[in-house]
Amino acid sequence: MSSTDQPPDRLYSAREPIFPRRVSGKFRNLKWWIMAVTLGIYYLTPWIRWDRGPNMPDQAVLIDLANRRFFFFWIEIWPHEFYFVAGLLIMAGLGLFLFTSALGRVWCGYTCPQTVWTDLFILVERWVEGDRNKRVRLWNAKWDGRKTRLRLTKWMLWLLIAVGTGGAWVFYFADAPTLLWNLVTLQAHPVAYTTILVLTLTTFAFGGLMREQVCIYMCPWPRIQAAMMDEDTITIGYRDWRGEPRGKHRKAAGAEVLGDCIDCYACVNVCPMGIDIRDGQQLACITCGLCIDACDEVMEKIGKPRGLVDYIALSDEARERAGHAPKPIWKHVFRFRTILYTVLWAAVGVGLVVALFIRSEIDLTVSPVRNPIYVTLPDGSIRNVYEVRVRNKFGEDRWFQIGVTPNDVFSVQVEGAETGLVSVPPDASELQRVYVVAPAGSDAATAPRTELRIWLHDIEGDDRAFADTVFNGTGTGK
Amino acid sequence: MSANDKRDPDEVETTGHQWDGIEEYNNPLPRWWLWTFYACILYALVYMVLYPAWPLVKSATPGLLGYSTRENVEKEIQKVAEMNADLVAQLESVELDMEAIRADDALYNYAVQGGDAVFKTYCAQCHGSGAAGVQASGYPSLIDPDWLWGGTLEEIYYTVTHGIRNEDDPDARWSQMPAFGDDYLTDEEIDSVVQYVRQISGQEHDAALASAGETVFLDNCAACHMEDGTGDRYQGAPNLTDAIWLYGGDVETLTETVRYARFGIMPSHAERLSEAERRAVAVYVHTRGGGE
Repeated sequence: MSSTDQPPDRLYSAREPIFPRRVSGKFRNLKWWIMAVTLGIYYLTPWIRWDRGPNMPDQAVLIDLANRRFFFFWIEIWPHEFYFVAGLLIMAGLGLFLFTSALGRVWCGYTCPQTVWTDLFILVERWVEGDRNKRVRLWNAKWDGRKTRLRLTKWMLWLLIAVGTGGAWVFYFADAPTLLWNLVTLQAHPVAYTTILVLTLTTFAFGGLMREQVCIYMCPWPRIQAAMMDEDTITIGYRDWRGEPRGKHRKAAGAEVLGDCIDCYACVNVCPMGIDIRDGQQLACITCGLCIDACDEVMEKIGKPRGLVDYIALSDEARERAGHAPKPIWKHVFRFRTILYTVLWAAVGVGLVVALFIRSEIDLTVSPVRNPIYVTLPDGSIRNVYEVRVRNKFGEDRWFQIGVTPNDVFSVQVEGAETGLVSVPPDASELQRVYVVAPAGSDAATAPRTELRIWLHDIEGDDRAFADTVFNGTGTGK
Repeated sequence: MSANDKRDPDEVETTGHQWDGIEEYNNPLPRWWLWTFYACILYALVYMVLYPAWPLVKSATPGLLGYSTRENVEKEIQKVAEMNADLVAQLESVELDMEAIRADDALYNYAVQGGDAVFKTYCAQCHGSGAAGVQASGYPSLIDPDWLWGGTLEEIYYTVTHGIRNEDDPDARWSQMPAFGDDYLTDEEIDSVVQYVRQISGQEHDAALASAGETVFLDNCAACHMEDGTGDRYQGAPNLTDAIWLYGGDVETLTETVRYARFGIMPSHAERLSEAERRAVAVYVHTRGGGE
C-alpha cells in the first residue's frame, strides 16, 4: 500500500439533479405494467374481504398485532407458527438470489418499491412541469409566480401520494373500513397517525428528493448483489465494438469511418440514475432497460439494427467482439448456480406447503412442571404436573377431553374440571394444569422416567392431537 | 454522477491507496450525508439539554422536560391498578368458594395470576417457588392433598391471613405438641411408640416394640392424632398413617420429634397483604393440585 500526500479536491459534493426524459418502448411498457400491478396490490389488498365466520375478522390480509394473529385469505398463522413467515422470508431471499444471478439487478430495475415510487413521482413531475427540457429550464429559471405554482402543484401531488402510501400501510394492521372512518373522524390511535406521518415523510423524501441517492448511498443490496453475479448474468451493456468510434457529423466526417453510435445522449437523458451506460456496467446502474428503449428508437430512425445498448451477458461481449454469435439466452439462465437456487427455493416452498396442509386445527404443547419434578401423594402414589396449552383454531367454542397413554398405568385429572373436559373459546388457547398419577409401587412411580403421551380429543369434531413427554418417578426402584 | 459526467478512469481522482495494483477511487461523499451528520450532532446536543444525560454523583442531570423513567413506571403501575380496580373489588366481595370464582373467567385468571405474584414474593421463601415446601424441614408442601389445618379455600385464606403459632395475631391457628422426652415418657416408651407409628404408616418396624407402643400411643398421642393416627385438623395434628412427613418418617427423626416436639411458625399476613392479595394467593394455592 502506498499513499500520496496530496489532499483531495473536494470532500463533499452536492447532488446533481437528474431530469429523465420520457421514453417509450417494450421495457418502458413492462415497467408501466409492473408499476400498475405492484401499486395495485399494495393499495387494494387491505380492502379485500374474506368471510371467516362470526367470531373472526373478515379482512383477507390482516396482521392483527393486538391479538397476535396473521390472516392471509384462508390461512391463519399463530405466533408459535412464525416459522411460516421465516420460511417465506427465506424463499424471498432465495428468489432474489435466483433472479439476481440470472438476470442481474432486475429487482432493482423493475419491482423495488424505491424504483416503483420514484417512477410514479417522476411521472407526476413530468405531468406537472413538462418533459426533460422544460424541467431543466424550470430548474434554471428564477423563482417567479409560474415556478412557484408548478413546484407547489408538484409537491402537493407528491404529498397526496405519500399520504396514500403511509395510509395504505396502516390498513394492513386493522380492519380497513373501520380504521379509515376512525382516521377521518380523528378517533384513530396515535400510533396510526404517527405511522402515516413517518411513512409520508419517507415516501416524499425518497421518491421526490433523494431518488437515486437511496440506491447509490443508502441501499446495501447493490453491494450484496455483486457477489451473486458472474459473467453469465444478463446485465445491460453497450456494444462498443459496434458503436465506436461515436460521432454526430457522419456526412462531414468523410473519410473517417464512424460506428453506429451517433452520440445523441438519448440513453443518458432517459436514465433515472443519471449515468452513461456507454461507460460500461457500473455500480449505479439498476438495469431498468430504459436506455435500451431510447437507443432502439434512435437506431430505428437512422436505419440501423436495434440493440446497440442491450441486455447482454459479460461472456457474450467477448464472444461478439471476436465476431462469434452470442450464446442463446436460456444457456445463460440455466446453469448450475440458478438451478441450485431454484431447487433450494422450491424445496423450502414445498416444505411450507406440506407443513400448511398437515397442520391441525387443534393443537397442544405440554410443558412438564419441574418444580418439584414429582409429588408424593398421601397413599404413596406419584403425581406429575403438566401445563398443557390447548389451542382451538376453529371459529367457535370447542370442548376437549384430555387423556394419556398408557392409560392402564396413569390416571389423569384436570385442574378445575373433574370430568377432564375443557372448553376453549373460538380462535384462542387455554392453559390447563393436568395431573397425571402413577399408583404407589408401580413401575412408572419408581422408575426415573417413563414415556408418556398426552392426548387432546376434540369431542365434537372427533379430531385428535397429541404431544409426547415424560413422567418422572422417584427413581428409587421397587 | 451527473448527466454529462464521462467517467474516464484516468481522470477520476484516487485516494492513492493501492492493493495489488487495484486503486481506490476518491469519490466525494454526498453533501446531504454531511448535513445529516451535523443534524445528528445537533439532535444529541438538544437531547442532552432536554433529557437526563450526564451522570452525577447521586443522579443524572435532570433535563428541562423533567423526564423520568421511574415516574413512568409508577404511572404505568398506577394505570394497571386502575384497570384492575373492578376485578379487585369483585375479588374482595366474592364468596370464598372456588365454584363462584371459576364461574368468572376474568376473575379466576386475575386471582391465579395475582396470587402467583404474591406467592413468589411472600411465600416462596419457606414454601419454595413451586409450593412444594422443604421436605424434612417442617415447611409443608402445598401441592398435595394432605393438609395440616384444612385445604378448602376458606381454610387456606384463614391460614394466610392469621398465620400459625405466631404471637402477633390473637386469631392465629394454635396448638402445641408436648416434648415427651421431658419426664413424660421413658426412652423405652419413646422407642416403642416410634415403632408403632412406623407400623401404622406402613413402614418397616419391630413388631414386638410396636405392639407395646400402641398403648403408649393411645395414652399419650391419640388425644390429638386420633386413635387411628389419622390426625386432627382442628388442632393441626398431622396424619401419621400416610406417606407424607413434615419432618421425616425415619426412626431417628420420629424419635427426635417425640422427644423434643415440633413448633412450626407461620407469620400473620393480615397487615402485610391486602384483602384481595390474601384471597388471590389462597386461590393460587388451592389450584396447585391439593385444593379441597
